[in-house]
Amino acid sequence: MTVTPLERAEQRKAWGFALPALVWTTAFFLFPFAYMAAISLWTRSGGKIVATWTLDNYAAFFGKSHLLKALLNSLEVTAIVTVISILLAYPLAWIIAERVPKRWQRMALIMAILPFWTSYVVRSYSWLLVLSKGGVVNQTLIWAGLVAEPLQLSASRTGTVIGFVHFFVMLLTLTIYANLVQLSPNYRRAAADLGASGLQTFRHVILPLTLPGIMVGAFLTFVLCIGDYITPQILGGNNELLLPQVIMLQLGRRADFPMAAALSLVLMAVVTLAYLFCARWLKMERT
Amino acid sequence: MKMTITAAAVRRLLLATAACALSTAAVAQEELNALVWCDHTDPALIEPFEKANDVKVNLKEYEGTGAGLSIVEQSRPGDWDVFVIDGVDVPRAIDMDLLAEIPAGRLPADDIFPEVRMEANNSKDGKIYAVTEKFGYNTISYDKTKVDPKDMEDLSIFWSDKYKGRIALYDYYLPMIGLTGLAIGKTTAELTMDDLPAIKEKLFEMKKVARQVSDVVASQTALVTGEVDIILGGGEWVTAGLMAEKPNLDWTVPKQGALRWAQSIGVFKDSAKQDLALKFVEYILSPEGQAKLATSSCYWGMPANAKAGEHLTDQQKTALRWDQQPEYLRTTQLYPVVDAELDAAMQDVWTEMLQQ
Repeated sequence: MTVTPLERAEQRKAWGFALPALVWTTAFFLFPFAYMAAISLWTRSGGKIVATWTLDNYAAFFGKSHLLKALLNSLEVTAIVTVISILLAYPLAWIIAERVPKRWQRMALIMAILPFWTSYVVRSYSWLLVLSKGGVVNQTLIWAGLVAEPLQLSASRTGTVIGFVHFFVMLLTLTIYANLVQLSPNYRRAAADLGASGLQTFRHVILPLTLPGIMVGAFLTFVLCIGDYITPQILGGNNELLLPQVIMLQLGRRADFPMAAALSLVLMAVVTLAYLFCARWLKMERT
Repeated sequence: MKMTITAAAVRRLLLATAACALSTAAVAQEELNALVWCDHTDPALIEPFEKANDVKVNLKEYEGTGAGLSIVEQSRPGDWDVFVIDGVDVPRAIDMDLLAEIPAGRLPADDIFPEVRMEANNSKDGKIYAVTEKFGYNTISYDKTKVDPKDMEDLSIFWSDKYKGRIALYDYYLPMIGLTGLAIGKTTAELTMDDLPAIKEKLFEMKKVARQVSDVVASQTALVTGEVDIILGGGEWVTAGLMAEKPNLDWTVPKQGALRWAQSIGVFKDSAKQDLALKFVEYILSPEGQAKLATSSCYWGMPANAKAGEHLTDQQKTALRWDQQPEYLRTTQLYPVVDAELDAAMQDVWTEMLQQ
């Protein structure tokens, strides 16, 4: 098949448009990624980095139960956070989309994402105070007679989950809301005409149609949550370690960049698997 | 009276002003770049030096020697002039050929507390590469209104249930493993791989009674807010600066002793401003500089120069336990000096403990 001059010109134009993105991606993603992958195959021995290829770092990760446990902890916490965030964000997004008058919806959304405007670190430290023994949550529970002694909410997995959920509910609310407002009211009218109850309409019509929004939000939650260091470090009290914390531990004093790179690649592999699952699921939904 | 200003006069005035501004900028442009711990970022410490030498000191703070050395490795030679580093890690910096020799004559060597001179760390082959500037203890900080101060005199309390759920452990494996070793009768300087199983067992026991294992800020916050009543691994650097506002906070060295931390200061070998950098080191080690460094807003600690006491108030000396230093210096031990393999093994033990 011959390429006409016009088509060749179009191709050149297309490459011209794509070139900045390609250069950017190569310079700031592919090259650093390849470099990190190479470093992960080096080792730190005798206080120095030894640039010989080996899988020792990966073997150490899968061979040491306390390192492997960090990955399992990360997966558990991320799964809990994602599920709770969806359960809280969906009704919130639905209320904003369906029950709040149109003219107030923008204000309601701004109110919902207001905590985004504060620093992530400040927000985590604020939660530390709120969840402390003398904090507002424990004092309220004691005052209401629900508990006799303060609960250990901070410096625990509960604290980490609460800190994460507060953040990710906002994110998921946005993605689910965006999905909900695009749904034509005709779907509900048609379901009602066919005799479906409100619950049946939600279960068989609205929920399936908003699943893409949920999945996109859940994937973003998963990626951001599993890679986060600040929240578990401040609110978890180091009573268990998540993978990002173990990565930082390699760097703090010993500057073991090869091990940190290997752990980071393991983390990236998990995120890639999550992405493939979501992409496959969304593709299946479309077909 | 009417004044007439000609265009030429305006031009001259502008040129003179510009020249003046440029010359001022040229003079004030001398800068010193220091890679430091957060206590050096207190303006009360830095401004007197800047004014006296008409220099701008650019400070970059870091935590953890690994992070500090990474910054150096990612910089160009000559980017940094002054380096503040953990006393036990000075040999690492010397081995990496980062530090310049400091002429002995420019140091107040005789005024430094003999116990913290750390010649073995700060010197090599008879040459001085760094000097101890501040020290303190990884020991016990506590709220004396909530715990019995007598209990704080014995490290074994950390393996009992008496204060279960009310203890924070300082999250830094090197001093904490040393402190745990000390509690079971092991000398920090002689720690080996063979000692780790016994230390690990004790660390696991400690974790069971601790509420959290946290860094400086989180531990301090927990103590101040009443989340915990004791910090094991704390010391004057956690509580001394708060004692004026929070007289309920205190610290002590238990009968088994404690770990002694020390930070050193040196000049980068590749610095193009050797003399200015040395002047800065001299200032930091002067009695005035030492008093300011000791009571820095970031954290307090004992000045290495004994003459700094002349510039500290009685209240500050009380908070630092100035009069008890001879006893503390006698009963405390330096951080374990470990090779890379033992260091890695210690980190593994610590990580295992955290995952319990």
